Amino acid sequence: MAQEYKLILKHADEPGYTPDIECYLRHGGYDSLRKALTVPVVELSDGKKKSAQEQIREDVMKSGLRGRGGAGFSCGLKWSFVDRRSGKPIYLICNADESEPGTFKDRQIIHKDPHQLIEGMIISCFANDVKLAYIYIRGEMPKGAKILNQALKEARAKNLLGKNILGTGYDLEIHVHRGAGAYICGEETGLIESLEGKRPYPRIKPPYFPAVLGLYMCPTIVNNVETLCNVKHIVGMGGAEFAKLGTPNNTGTRIVSLSGQVKRPGYYEIEVGKATLGQLIHDPEFGGGLLDGRKLKAVIPGGSSSKVLKAGEKFKLKRKVDGKDVEERPIFLIFLMISIRFSKRAP
Amino acid sequence: MSFSIPAGLEAEIDELITHYPVRRSASLMLLHAIQEHFGWVSPEAVQWTAAKLGLEPINVHELLTFYPMFRQAAPGRHQIKVCRTLSCALGGSHALHRHVCERLGLDAGAHGLQTTKDGKFSVEFVECLAGCGSAPVMMCGDDFHEGVSGKKADEILGGCK
Amino acid sequence: MSAATKTDNNPAPTAIEMIKVKVDGRELEVPRLSPDWQGKLAPTTMIQVCEAAKQDVPHYCYHPKLPVAGNCRMCLVEFGTPALGPDRKPLLNADGTARIAKSPRPAIACATPVSPGMEIYTSTPGVKQMREGVLESLLINHPLDCPICDQAGECKLQEYSVDYGQSGSRFVEAKVHKPKSVDLGPRIMLDAERCILCTRCIRFTKDIAGDDKLGIVNRGSYNTISTFPGTAFDNNYTLNTVDICPVGALTSKDFRFQMRVWFLKDTKSICTSCGTGCNVHIGSREEKIYRYTPRENEAVNGHWMCDEGRLNYKWIQRTDRLRDVLVHGCKSSWGEALREIAHKLKQAPPGSVAIIGSARQTNEELWLLSRLKSRFGAISDSFPRDGQPDKLLVSADKNPNSNGARLTGISFTEAGINLAKIADGIQGGVIKTLLVFGENVVKRAVSPAALSEKETTTEAIEVHGITADVLAKLETLIVSDILPNETTRLAHYLLPGCAHAEKRGSFTSTKGRVQKFMQAVEPAGDARPEWDFLQDLVCNVTGKEGFHSIEGLFNEMAKSVPAFNGLTWAGLGETGVSVKI
Ligand SMILES: Cc1cc2nc3c(=O)[nH]c(=O)nc-3n(C[C@H](O)[C@H](O)[C@H](O)COP(=O)(O)O)c2cc1C
Ligand code: SF4
Ligand code: SF4
Ligand code: FES
Ligand code: FES
Repeated sequence: MAQEYKLILKHADEPGYTPDIECYLRHGGYDSLRKALTVPVVELSDGKKKSAQEQIREDVMKSGLRGRGGAGFSCGLKWSFVDRRSGKPIYLICNADESEPGTFKDRQIIHKDPHQLIEGMIISCFANDVKLAYIYIRGEMPKGAKILNQALKEARAKNLLGKNILGTGYDLEIHVHRGAGAYICGEETGLIESLEGKRPYPRIKPPYFPAVLGLYMCPTIVNNVETLCNVKHIVGMGGAEFAKLGTPNNTGTRIVSLSGQVKRPGYYEIEVGKATLGQLIHDPEFGGGLLDGRKLKAVIPGGSSSKVLKAGEKFKLKRKVDGKDVEERPIFLIFLMISIRFSKRAP
Repeated sequence: MSFSIPAGLEAEIDELITHYPVRRSASLMLLHAIQEHFGWVSPEAVQWTAAKLGLEPINVHELLTFYPMFRQAAPGRHQIKVCRTLSCALGGSHALHRHVCERLGLDAGAHGLQTTKDGKFSVEFVECLAGCGSAPVMMCGDDFHEGVSGKKADEILGGCK
Repeated sequence: MSAATKTDNNPAPTAIEMIKVKVDGRELEVPRLSPDWQGKLAPTTMIQVCEAAKQDVPHYCYHPKLPVAGNCRMCLVEFGTPALGPDRKPLLNADGTARIAKSPRPAIACATPVSPGMEIYTSTPGVKQMREGVLESLLINHPLDCPICDQAGECKLQEYSVDYGQSGSRFVEAKVHKPKSVDLGPRIMLDAERCILCTRCIRFTKDIAGDDKLGIVNRGSYNTISTFPGTAFDNNYTLNTVDICPVGALTSKDFRFQMRVWFLKDTKSICTSCGTGCNVHIGSREEKIYRYTPRENEAVNGHWMCDEGRLNYKWIQRTDRLRDVLVHGCKSSWGEALREIAHKLKQAPPGSVAIIGSARQTNEELWLLSRLKSRFGAISDSFPRDGQPDKLLVSADKNPNSNGARLTGISFTEAGINLAKIADGIQGGVIKTLLVFGENVVKRAVSPAALSEKETTTEAIEVHGITADVLAKLETLIVSDILPNETTRLAHYLLPGCAHAEKRGSFTSTKGRVQKFMQAVEPAGDARPEWDFLQDLVCNVTGKEGFHSIEGLFNEMAKSVPAFNGLTWAGLGETGVSVKI
């Protein structure tokens, strides 16, 4: 039977868990950062050295982590595209614009466990030689911005952020940048334009691939909130261990946002691919079934930009017709929005 | 009308500018800071911001008119945002919006931000607020409210001074 | 290929790798890198390749001299690239040709670089359908007011609608209405409903004119081009946005509602308002000039011209133009007047003649004057006209042909240095005959009084000694000009001349570009092109038959003026030739 698997949301909803740094530290917070900062340089057989940064990036690649922002692109691969030879600074931006209709997972992390995100960010920045990073948070989350600013302040006070982090000589600053109400600011190049103080019109690719010509025309990494949180866990447990979660091609956990006419809407963290749409809708663990008197009409599995699946529809997955109907489709999808339109109550 | 920015706000703004290697990047944050202080962003404030950042006023005006959160005229003291996107719509947000508007004597069918005559409340429909799991949701000022029934809405409005 | 020749506007090409690509099945070799909008080398784009292949790709936002925006999607094309096997080696078809993997998604030709072996398809049913789709969506909120739109006849929306438009509209909703007749600046009107938001105007004013005054305000289908409220779009290059606006959204206040563009005759000419020599088209109908528009010339003005130069044409049609040949104030004929002048000149003792030419005259006219000058051992000069230069095109020299005056020997390194000598010569009674061409010497001797329309307002006026009192001492004052002024009123012989738009000729720009211009309209009244009657005069004086065509005259001049050696009228082409100055 499919069930929840809590990795990111392990503590967030525990009674008494608070977003302050002391609480986070009590739950093992920033241990992964300490670990990352002290990864010893490895001497290779050919005499070359492999830095801590390279090792973390390799581990993230090994973990098979895919982006949680929508496109599901390999995080390790994305980092590998970063132009590290340009001599220009490398920027990292946490995409906390969460405006895809039907998604409400990043809000939970930011409000309940901001330090997890910040730890993931610091590690990711360290691994990519980033000295300046931003959290682009949607304007409609003023509280979230305040919580993040408070958390950043706490982290700075504990020397987890700022100059010479934990005495390692590594400097990093993270700032919160607020949007002001625009879905398109979630698209990474639109986000970058917005952060540059321009109207957030997405850039054309080519030539403006963020990994090469991103923020201020410098190499830039844009990652989703949940993606960055996962980095913390990858460093914590090791990429190979992380890869055991989920399915081989799609690892780790996913926070599924379930909304619409189900008995128990909400967010559920599951191992990727370990639950079908049907289970999410009907299992008492998850949606608990449709509201009384409703009939399933359609499911929107990945936000407004994804295909609307009609009830009973047979669908193709990677060109292989698997003949299962919508409710049996395994969940590989990124953020999951299930809206169940109802037909009028049966007469 | 001469426009002036109080010293405290200017200090805050100067600090915000240091967050960015390129001054223009601070535009949005400056507009937020100014709006938080004055309630809205006047043409004079746009000019002031542009001068502060070494930009042309049109560069800032472009942003002001793009982002729906910025106000070009003073809104009500309490701003109600009701989500109208799919999950909330399924969860009854249109009825909620109508309820709020009727209670405040506003036209629920009118387009855009509606402000009560006494300038106390403004109500608008907005897009998904990332709270779909507890539809319908609304914001009152900076506060986010989930699963808002008519009764709960009345309490929220009643709590606004 | 012949050895590359090095010229000033084409720096010696460094070896650029050539790659093979196909456009609609036709193979061609193109450089991997091509000049971008600033002339810097950048990866060659599909649209550049298609242009080289003479395969038209419809586009709105793309302009070769503006940064690429890629926002209109009109240029979508389909393409394929060589398929690679698992070993990264190209896969081959049975016949040994490279197998092409067709991209499942189209690409915008204006921004997508080409790669070796790429095949671009511009005429497939899919491409046609995309063009139809883009056009349909651009027309959703468009007012379709072509009958009263100034752009009609040169509008890209109209042109592409002919190719890809639909006769019916599927749009049943209410159209979004936006501001119309918006006064954007002193010279520009905006109809926001016609605007397709290609941002060409924004990019032009920001990146070319360096005046970041335009932007898009509001959002979505309410997006509108605007200045900051209460401010004017008023730099000296604003009218170029009217030219590059692909639709009728931006119109020139000067030209709007004046004439349907398809009635305009187009004449290749040169702007005469400064020494830059921007190439222009003169649009005229039935002897009336309606507008100047810039004519592309990479070596001079690119695609642009300044507003001041563009609008400086109305003086040509002033009603008080000089139309009659006057001898001592009485109407005369060309034959009579020229005969008398020739007679007087022939009797003039050496050193008693002075010539004041104008650096607004053509090379040919100045050369003819210089022949008179050497025949009579005359002292000569022309007037400098100094103004404010800018960073883009406008030159500090407000004369269109200062170099021509200098190269033909009418003026010297510094124009105007002989004027005081001429004044002294007249005062002292040595100089008894003065020829003045196209300059109001009296006004220039006085003070910067109100300037005639013909004068550009920024020019400075120098003070010298040739006052009306001085002119009164002359035995013979021969004046040729276009508009009446204090000097023409004092003339003993007044010869009505022509504006450049009424004749042919050539100028030498500040940078040494020799460029010719053509005749757009007929001269006023009895006026004749100066070169034409100067030719007669030279003939009368020297007894040698001259040329009766501008071609012959130019070629003769080119032989005798060292800087012009080797030039021919035909060889100037439409965009001129650079000479050493
Ligand atoms: C229209 C549009 C909206 C998007 N909105 C969001 C968003 O709200 N949050 C987000 O994380 N990614 C969003 N994305 C995806 C981002 O472009 C980008 O892929 C993502 O931030 C990369 O992070 P990841 O690799 O960690 O997933 C959006 C993409 C598009 C095309
Ligand atoms: S006004 Fe013309 S040039 Fe400017 S954006 Fe609109 S269509 Fe393009
Ligand atoms: S720059 Fe000079 S030549 Fe060019 S249009 Fe202006 S005045 Fe005429
Ligand atoms: S649909 Fe209302 S919060 Fe998402
Ligand atoms: S011309 Fe290519 S997108 Fe507009």
